[in-house]
Amino acid sequence: MSMTVEERKASNKALIDEVLKAYPEKMAKRRAKHLNAYSEGKPDCGVKSNIKSLPGVMTIRGCAYAGSKGVVWGPIKDMVHISHGPVGCGQYSWSSRRNYYIGITGVDTFVTMQFTSDFQEKDIVFGGDKKLDKIIDEIQDLFPLNKGISVQSECPIGLIGDDIEAVSKKKSKQYDGHTIVPVRCEGFRGVSQSLGHHIANDAIRDWVFDKMDPAKNAEFESTPYDVAIIGDYNIGGDAWSSRILLEEIGLRVIAQWSGDGTIAELENTPKAKLNVLHCYRSMNYISRHMEEKYGIPWVEYNFFGPSQIEKSLREIAAHFDDTIKAKAEEVIARYRPMVDAVIAKYKPRLEGKKVMLYVGGLRPRHVIGAYEDLGMEIVGTGYEFAHNDDYQRTTHYIKDSTLVYDDVTGYEFEKFAEKIQPDLVGSGIKEKYVFQKMGVPFRQMHSWDYSGPYHGYDGFAIFARDMDMAISSPIWKLAKSAPWKKAA
Amino acid sequence: MPQNADKIIDHEMLFREPEYQELFANKKQFEFKHPEAKVQEIRDWTKSKDYLDKNFAREALVVNPAKACQPLGAVYVANGFAKTLSFVHGSQGCVAYYRSHFSRHFKEPTSCVSSSMTEDAAVFGGLNNMIDGLANAYNLYKPEMIAVSTTCMAEVIGDDLDAFIKNSKQKGSVPAEFDVPFAHTPAFVGSHITGYDNALLGVLKHFWDGKAGTTTPLTRVPNDSINFIGGFDGFVVGNMKEIKRILNLFGVDYTILCDPSAVWNTPTDGEFRMYEGGTTKEEVEKALNAKATIVFQEYCTEKTAKYIKEKGQQVVTLNCPVGVAGTDRFIMAISELTGKPVPAELEAERGQLVDAMADSQAHLHGKKFALYGDPDQMLGLTEFLLELGAEPTHVLATNGDKDWAAKVEALLASSPYGAGGKAYPKRDLWHMRSLLNVEPVDFLIGNTYGKYLERDTGTPLIRMVFPIFDRHHYHRYPTWGYDGAMRTLIMLLDEFFETLDANTIIPGKTDYSYDIIR
Repeated sequence: MSMTVEERKASNKALIDEVLKAYPEKMAKRRAKHLNAYSEGKPDCGVKSNIKSLPGVMTIRGCAYAGSKGVVWGPIKDMVHISHGPVGCGQYSWSSRRNYYIGITGVDTFVTMQFTSDFQEKDIVFGGDKKLDKIIDEIQDLFPLNKGISVQSECPIGLIGDDIEAVSKKKSKQYDGHTIVPVRCEGFRGVSQSLGHHIANDAIRDWVFDKMDPAKNAEFESTPYDVAIIGDYNIGGDAWSSRILLEEIGLRVIAQWSGDGTIAELENTPKAKLNVLHCYRSMNYISRHMEEKYGIPWVEYNFFGPSQIEKSLREIAAHFDDTIKAKAEEVIARYRPMVDAVIAKYKPRLEGKKVMLYVGGLRPRHVIGAYEDLGMEIVGTGYEFAHNDDYQRTTHYIKDSTLVYDDVTGYEFEKFAEKIQPDLVGSGIKEKYVFQKMGVPFRQMHSWDYSGPYHGYDGFAIFARDMDMAISSPIWKLAKSAPWKKAA
Repeated sequence: MPQNADKIIDHEMLFREPEYQELFANKKQFEFKHPEAKVQEIRDWTKSKDYLDKNFAREALVVNPAKACQPLGAVYVANGFAKTLSFVHGSQGCVAYYRSHFSRHFKEPTSCVSSSMTEDAAVFGGLNNMIDGLANAYNLYKPEMIAVSTTCMAEVIGDDLDAFIKNSKQKGSVPAEFDVPFAHTPAFVGSHITGYDNALLGVLKHFWDGKAGTTTPLTRVPNDSINFIGGFDGFVVGNMKEIKRILNLFGVDYTILCDPSAVWNTPTDGEFRMYEGGTTKEEVEKALNAKATIVFQEYCTEKTAKYIKEKGQQVVTLNCPVGVAGTDRFIMAISELTGKPVPAELEAERGQLVDAMADSQAHLHGKKFALYGDPDQMLGLTEFLLELGAEPTHVLATNGDKDWAAKVEALLASSPYGAGGKAYPKRDLWHMRSLLNVEPVDFLIGNTYGKYLERDTGTPLIRMVFPIFDRHHYHRYPTWGYDGAMRTLIMLLDEFFETLDANTIIPGKTDYSYDIIR
């Protein structure tokens, strides 16, 4: 009894109306703008985005600090990132994002460590600049192989008026131009993680690119095939299973941003011939800047699922000569038997299954193709911190009538799922156990549920296996009701 | 191509395949890393006494602390009351962190809302956020109580919760008689245990002192019941069950003040329960009349305990007692307060615990332990280790103070097995790394973050402290009471045996000691 597109549109609209009834009137009006059923042919998904969350609802969003420290800066492995302010923000974000790297932690690599200025009341009263000055000395003393330091501001820093820029400049000078980057990513700025990404990008522009010493890494020689991976955080090794494909088609990856990345790689990037951008939301800013300032073109790509991987490999190769294009075809052909076998194994089990997504930057659209390669259908999707251009880009992926929810609240998400009865929900840790209690199979689509990688061909095999194990687990039959309840 | 449909490998094995090894080698040319010899030299130096001295000399930098911030404790407390929604006034990102943190530990949903203050609220104050926020929370999530706490943002700009809540009620956000207890919980004061204290005090004051000036304060009419306050505890699901079992065995009339054990242990049966169990409002009110309150963790409840005492109740303060003597004190306290004899079952359990300790003590005797965590937990575990003839060597609490350290050292001095031990207040896990390198021990007790110390120093880790992210379901079993001590003993022994087996498993080389009977 599948519905027609028009019927589904009407039913999704009715569902939205129903959900809005729970809010006070003024708030229902505000939320209504963020919920819609997609109409094919429209330039965006018909939802407002990047607007303040309602107070008092269970928004799933984070803050600017999470966007800067947690996403953009944190994975740069040979730098020390100071969570500047009280202890909490650094503690909760410590090692939780699975940004894989190779290095000796605590010696030349620092990603899975929590450096904090641990603000006390006196720091709030008297300011934290002197403390920051001293902290930088202590870092230089105890972690001499660090290649740079970033200062990630927590809420109080901006409120009490600390001048972290002045401290950073002074200390950089004191340590022979050592890279020290102040980042004004206080959690109250903006409406979500998103502004934190932008601020972090701007800090790279102002405090890395604009201060680069041309003599540094002078031995770096560029080639016509140099590219940089931008916006891949190497969750569970994603950037590696992506990089391997770029190298196999004959390109030279001179930098990874920022998963497993180093400050040297950031500095190498202006010498690239093309920037390949995975997470548009978090790093379009710096990609645009490099285009304007250094003339480096950038191209978005999507390495989830074979259809999108093929399309993206061809698009990237199209920026280069015929040898690269030919190699791209070779690589696509070489992986096809493995991919076909994966699909042959899992598609029969997953065909027709309905999926609801709710994630962050690119995944609410990028993973759709991977599900579709397995015969699955996306019936609802939405973003934590998208802007209108993300929703425009989403139209290329979703079908007519798909339910779209921007900055969904816990209440709405649960009600939507109750009504739509998806076979799988893909979202984050805060949502995982809610849906599992409801008996709905779930996969974390921020952390890959501690599995992964999911990018690239190697990642697709894992993705397919994981979606199958979630949906086909015998647990769900046990979850719905006890046998004596059935008898009653 | 390492991947094939019949045997799909994930990150654990995938990146060991030759093509990825080549990729890593190739990537190095772009990293401009330090020469390997230099890295090795610094690595060795970080393990030296010289480094330890430098490390302990640091005054401003904190690296890998074993503490979180106040509002986390406040959210924990709100979760312990029936049909109560936790509402954090301040930036919303913090709430995303608290919810994730608890969910990663308990593998359970954790509900909490925020007033989502942004830049305009930073300038004009967060009153409007509170007004709209309480209305939304009340309408959407239908709580019977909303417990408000703050983030550092709201504290820095000086928002006044009492006035804001009254104002919100005037504006009709929630009915005038609706219960909105509150606590100021600045993240730059104390730690998560301070937040626990403030939030619990906020709830008690609300109900006992006349609901923020809106009703007459309650008059205490003493009765024979007792109250129990557990403190911030990552094993709460198992421990509360155990505490209730013990109190039920005594046949005592009791009230648990703050009990999140049900909401973090709901069944998977097709329904999501946002609220489950917890202390009811009626129980909170009734608790004023209790004869006494047993506080299981002193440092989680300093202000709360003082307040309860001022109300005229006797307060028995413990330091998270684990083990025989500690549990004895707890059991004796119940018996003395209520005049009821110790139940025979508990006496038998005590004997069974001592029996198990006698059977196994030889394996733990003289073994050196390093441990870190919240101050009370450190006191309890130290005492248990001493009972086993083990040697607590480095006892560290990032949120412990001088008084705590003196208490630990007095405890160490009370036993010959404590002779080599020392307390480390206000130190972090990077200090602990130096200690483990320079003055090695046999085992480490801590939380999941301790696995980095295990890697760097080769000290086997026993996970007994919040948070535990990388092992599942530890929180479902008790660590308190004689039964809990049994579980703790088994965890200590398991790690000992696992380590011994791993060390003797190489065929033809070390396996002469790979014994079948231990």
